[in-house]
Amino acid sequence: MSKALRILVPVKRVIDYAIKPRINKAGTGVEKTGVKFSMNPFDDIAVEEAVRIRESHKKLVENIHAVSIGPAKAQDILRTALAKGADTCTLIDAKEAELEPLAVAKLLKQVVTKQNANLVILGKQSIDDDCNNTGQMLAGMLNWPQATNAAKVEVDESSMTAKVTREIDGGEETVSAPLPLVITTDLRLNQPRYATLPNLMKAKKKPMEKLTLADFADVSTEPRLEVLKLEEPPTRSAGEKVATVDELIEKLKAVKAI
Amino acid sequence: MFPAFCRSSAALRVKYGTSVLANSRLASTLVFLESSKDGKIAQSSMSALTAAAQLGFPIAALLAGSSASKAAEELKKTGGSALLQQIYVANNEAYDHYFAENVTPLALELLKEPEYTHFVVASSAVGKSILPRMGALLDFQPICDITKIVDSATFVRPIYAGNALATVKCLQDKKLISIRASSFPAAAASEATNAAISEAPQSSQVSELTVKWEGENLVKSARPDLGSASKVISGGRGLKNKETFDNLVTPLADSLGAAIGATRAAVDSGFCDNSLQIGQTGKVVAPDLYIGLGISGAIQHLAGMKDSKVIVAINNDQEAPIFQVADYGLVGDLNEIVPELTEKLSQNK
Repeated sequence: MSKALRILVPVKRVIDYAIKPRINKAGTGVEKTGVKFSMNPFDDIAVEEAVRIRESHKKLVENIHAVSIGPAKAQDILRTALAKGADTCTLIDAKEAELEPLAVAKLLKQVVTKQNANLVILGKQSIDDDCNNTGQMLAGMLNWPQATNAAKVEVDESSMTAKVTREIDGGEETVSAPLPLVITTDLRLNQPRYATLPNLMKAKKKPMEKLTLADFADVSTEPRLEVLKLEEPPTRSAGEKVATVDELIEKLKAVKAI
Repeated sequence: MFPAFCRSSAALRVKYGTSVLANSRLASTLVFLESSKDGKIAQSSMSALTAAAQLGFPIAALLAGSSASKAAEELKKTGGSALLQQIYVANNEAYDHYFAENVTPLALELLKEPEYTHFVVASSAVGKSILPRMGALLDFQPICDITKIVDSATFVRPIYAGNALATVKCLQDKKLISIRASSFPAAAASEATNAAISEAPQSSQVSELTVKWEGENLVKSARPDLGSASKVISGGRGLKNKETFDNLVTPLADSLGAAIGATRAAVDSGFCDNSLQIGQTGKVVAPDLYIGLGISGAIQHLAGMKDSKVIVAINNDQEAPIFQVADYGLVGDLNEIVPELTEKLSQNK
């Protein structure tokens, strides 16, 4: 096997992280009209890592392919990924359907096969559904090893293995795994670059393959979980300001917090 | 062994019967427990046991790794739940680091049994790593990081960094669930259980995926575990540097016997280790007392602490959003307030 890395980076369009989402009146979903959307922050880190792997292994990386499954507007974030260094991309238009990770992983599995990818880098979770599922599911479906919550990734060209430092509960652990491999990114992995205007212009010329869910007729995207309702979490009643440390200690004693 | 187990399930069905049971002849719950090298079961796993008990079905526990037998003996001594009837051990060092590639086939082997209608795991780093992989192989969508059990098929989980609570109903035969440990109390030690300990069935498909463990770098600390501590002192960007963080946060935490946490800004600036990060992407805590020092209160941080019972904020910016959720706020210079607070709390002891 000739040594070549074909990296696939799935990216998701989500409500911008700085925006406080509002639940719609019917309690069925989150208000999306007139709200700012951007690339899921963890996916931004995944794109950056793919580009950095190419920068440190110039000859090794054959292609970086970004893919997004979502509304037609998700092409905006694909353009961003292209501007940051991805070569090609696929948009799978799912209209307004909110697909569960299981369905997304099934679609991605087909894209992996089609692209003949041997390294998939995903964000560890999307900041909207907070599932933290897709990468692990994709690895399971492909029967590939997985390295989740990556804080550091080193690819060894001679053995075609990756050494990944993972965030775990009590600190970090380092594992190594042969390619093909699925990696999910933690926030600490890198600091994503900004897409410059010239690069954004160039990105417009890079190829974008457009597919729809109908092109994946063998993949069932029926939801397995039925969302009965969405609610605001209980609001905390506004507290009080105290003037001195003594007053604070008194108050805390009164509520038996200390 | 199994017939006895099934008979007792039937008895329990009468006791805990719900309408959902009507179409699942024999329901029981498999819970995966993590243990440390010395055989101590993780706090978050004990919360998973509580959640499993709330489902009302008989419980089988699965312990894996070279200390599994030791952990099983511990569990047998303390019980933790009256519903715990069976403890499976997979004593094999192949499971020591809970690699998803190895643990998934092991747990799936047990889940083949139709009686296991529910699988529960804590949404710890390990739980998050194995549960979705299992879901993919069973072709089931798991329900992740739940904070409440409505009934045996309906669960509540926070989404959008805790800004919305979704009630979801699972339409699949098996419910694969990870639970948010801070939302379920850890199962308390009760009297010894007469749960039987037995070998976990050998997994038929042994993983050929060669993930190698290279080493770990754990943060050693005599402090209570952040995820389950009753008091948490947390520091943010307002502490300016690592020296101030260490000089202000550590003594205050010592005076209260509290765990130390931090915001992402503090972690990124190198004030403390990443494993102490509280928030949407770090740990979620719900202590009795949370004291935030120099923390503005960004959405992502609030996601990890707003279920704390009492929140205290100390910050020099009176407009900081954290004051909107704090029960008690004190505006002022951390360098003056915190040492004074530490000293007065130490005297109180």
